[in-house]
Amino acid sequence: MSPDSAPAAQEPDHPAAHAPPPGLLALFLAFARMSLAGFGGVLVFARHAIVDQHRWMTAEEFNETFALCHFLPGPNIVNLSMVFGSRLRGIAGGVAAFTGLLLPPTLIMTVLAIIYARFGDVEVLRRILAGISCAAVGLLIAVVFRMMTPLFKRMDVVVIVLMLGVFVAIGVLRLPLQAVLLVAIPVSIGATYLMRRKVAA
Amino acid sequence: MTSENPIWALISTFGLMSLFAVGGAAAAVPEMHRIAVDVHHWMTEKQFADAYAIAQLSPGPNVLIVTLIGYAVAGIPGALAATLAMCLPTALLAYYVSRLLSRPSQSRWPALIQAALVPLSIGLMAASALILAQSTDRTFVALLLTAAVAVVASISRVNPLWLLLAGGLLGFAGIV
Repeated sequence: MSPDSAPAAQEPDHPAAHAPPPGLLALFLAFARMSLAGFGGVLVFARHAIVDQHRWMTAEEFNETFALCHFLPGPNIVNLSMVFGSRLRGIAGGVAAFTGLLLPPTLIMTVLAIIYARFGDVEVLRRILAGISCAAVGLLIAVVFRMMTPLFKRMDVVVIVLMLGVFVAIGVLRLPLQAVLLVAIPVSIGATYLMRRKVAA
Repeated sequence: MTSENPIWALISTFGLMSLFAVGGAAAAVPEMHRIAVDVHHWMTEKQFADAYAIAQLSPGPNVLIVTLIGYAVAGIPGALAATLAMCLPTALLAYYVSRLLSRPSQSRWPALIQAALVPLSIGLMAASALILAQSTDRTFVALLLTAAVAVVASISRVNPLWLLLAGGLLGFAGIV
């Protein structure tokens, strides 16, 4: 893959918000760092590092990349590392980010597995976990709010209604995921198509 | 089935499972439980619950509960095999799809589809935040902690790690 095909955004959006693409080692280290910080889920830390700290992507680009990984099978954040790394640095970048994300915690997890096999009681851990989980949910709520801000800034009523619709259908009404997506995906694609045609006209 | 090489059983199980795990690792946990506890008897009920707690508590993607399952089945080689089987195939799939979508072309459909998925993805995230909050925040203090963390993380740029640490300390002290 040629290196010049790496950047994701073809349309000229906000070039001022971008930092130069990182090297392979920097990618590996950045993902290792967000992974090791990622107690109770890595998304919060991934967005913090990629958008706020390093400015490798704008908030909109991060949303689009995450949405893609969200709708493909497999662990989202692992997919994100591969897609993000490869968009910046080709397949080597993808592998660097993937390895950075998975290698350190896998080693830690293996050590914990050995310790657990020896001692096998995690009552204290579970108490600590209860507190961490509460905080982790709070962080998730905050990151969802931050991901919403680009949508609210554009004040696209259709987009906001779609988002709220999915939220209510899954979160409040607890409808089955497949059924909701079967309706929501075609509706969203249709609405986006119509809106873009209106803008172009 | 069980007389087969356990490493191969891990690879085929988790490789296949990852391809159907749309919506993230959390969605796959019930299926992992069914396979590891009920079908293959790799772990007991308590071992699985402990593995889940350890995976949540440790750094890294929560999908790494498969590392613990793999270790329980076949030691260190099992841990590595399960992790790679769960993560690599779908990551490569995501790479190819992403390259397909970001290839410069005359068609505007790829960009359009990607843009159309954004509000749905965020809506789903918001829904899982709500569902998680309902299952986690059983007491008033817990709810208060969640709300406080959400507000602080929304309006400040404090490193999220400190907020988790605070939560862990409150849990250790038995307050939450």
